Amino acid sequence: MSSSPVDALQAHVPHDGTDAEARPVFATEARILGLPASVWPRILAPLVIGVLALGLWEFLVRWREIPPYILPGPLLVGQTLIADWATLSASLWITLRITFLALAAAIIVGVTLAVLFTQSKWLEMSLLPYAVILQVTPIVAIAPLIIIWAGDINLSLLICAWIVAFFPILSNTILGLNSADHNLVNLFQLYGATRWQTMRYLKLPAALPYFLAGLKISGGLALIGAVVAEFVAGTGGSASGLAYRILEAGYQLKIPRVFAALIMISLSGIAIFLATSWISHVLLRRWHESALKREN
Amino acid sequence: MDHQALDTAYLSTPTIRRTDGSKPLVCIRHVSKQFANGTLAVRDVNLDLGTGEFISLLGPSGCGKSTLLRMVAGLGTPSTGTIDWPTTNHDASGKPQRDLGFVFQDPTLMPWASALANVMMPLVLKHVPRREAEARAVEMLALVGLKGFETSYPRELSGGMKMRVSIARALVMKPKILLMDEPFAALDEITRHRLNDDLLELWWREKFTAVFVTHSVFESVYLSKRIVVMAARPGRVMADLDVDAPYPRDDLFRTSSDYAHLCRVVSTKLKEAIGS
Repeated sequence: MSSSPVDALQAHVPHDGTDAEARPVFATEARILGLPASVWPRILAPLVIGVLALGLWEFLVRWREIPPYILPGPLLVGQTLIADWATLSASLWITLRITFLALAAAIIVGVTLAVLFTQSKWLEMSLLPYAVILQVTPIVAIAPLIIIWAGDINLSLLICAWIVAFFPILSNTILGLNSADHNLVNLFQLYGATRWQTMRYLKLPAALPYFLAGLKISGGLALIGAVVAEFVAGTGGSASGLAYRILEAGYQLKIPRVFAALIMISLSGIAIFLATSWISHVLLRRWHESALKREN
Repeated sequence: MDHQALDTAYLSTPTIRRTDGSKPLVCIRHVSKQFANGTLAVRDVNLDLGTGEFISLLGPSGCGKSTLLRMVAGLGTPSTGTIDWPTTNHDASGKPQRDLGFVFQDPTLMPWASALANVMMPLVLKHVPRREAEARAVEMLALVGLKGFETSYPRELSGGMKMRVSIARALVMKPKILLMDEPFAALDEITRHRLNDDLLELWWREKFTAVFVTHSVFESVYLSKRIVVMAARPGRVMADLDVDAPYPRDDLFRTSSDYAHLCRVVSTKLKEAIGS
């Protein structure tokens, strides 16, 4: 059984008909191996489907005798992943480094701009359209320009991934900062709160759920941005990311390696999504509607 | 403006309130409020809010009672007229340093903060040292009957408890005046009665001035020393009545024939106001 602070509170309330009796009751669940019981089907069901699909794939490849340069079976892909681990993991690291640097830059610039925009309507009116233009322009189309202007290839990859990642954080945080309870804003006004106090104690916490929703989207977009930019930039040599490995293996018809690199990108994306979801859950679980289950 | 005692049995002359030795806390003079869309929310209101009074602003919806209350709090300025705080310090720019607490119709708590952190908020904004702020907030929570719920989040509290947190937050600065905008309107009757009792006890003990906006005749009679009846379209004061029943008031008063009688008288005044 779990013993969250909520349970502890509910335990010591006497039955005396006060309004404490009317408190909401939250769903509590048995835990299996440290996870709530209802989480397990969510893990097991897709896992079973995945295993079945891989089995079918392997079976089809063997039964129809499809050559590996057209479609390798999952076992061969797995073997390639292990055999080429040294090269692929080095490339993965490079791609992930660009992804996380871009995401960090997106968070810093997105949140800072959002705060500035809510402080000055003029600033928002003047600059937001350009943020939108940056967002709607296909990154593939402007990547060559960025590569020419930035000079350094890593820097240009970073800029590309950042452009793709920063808008969801910016627009969600602006929405969040503007959605603080109007009466609370009035209350802060009554107590003579400064702009900074209102920002720190009211607007930033109110914006947190929105920011985190933006972060979940931007995490995946930063990875996509990093990979797409590298496809366009086409770096070479030892210091190249997974996108270049895919291009290179494709030219050499090493299709199992293409698949192995693809799997690494997918797994990275899933890991980033899970990590941002977990951060969101941890930060919101005590107070936000999205994180609490109520018993009806 | 009709200013009178409810009837001879509860006679109290208006002069008693005006000349009890102290200046009124708030003087409202010829206050009107017109919104940008042309609606005249409040028209030519004159009121003195005396120190230590429990005043209800009673009226139908749209009579400007909330607007008036918010203007007293400094949320929105009158279109014409003045709201003065004769006994209050003024800052360099001439603005009164209003010493008030405000309770909204909704609890208006910060959902990300515990009950304690919510109550501490006004103190934190005024740079009271954290340890002292915490001690005062703990004390205030205990005073509103929420001892043991300091670490609870608003999400985990019932409607009545959230309102208690809101009242604790409004009182934590020990304000001279507590403004309440239909605070219990969304609560069930049992909870409302209990909160009415607890509010009266707090008022009796802490000796602040209370201004309570409501549309309930029964609630206003039970709580108030004085009831200001307002009419709508445009919002204006129709009657200013004294409720001359002694405090402390409790269930005995709520079931007494005096109470029933007072309610009937105030109801009639309210009907007149609505019909006018």
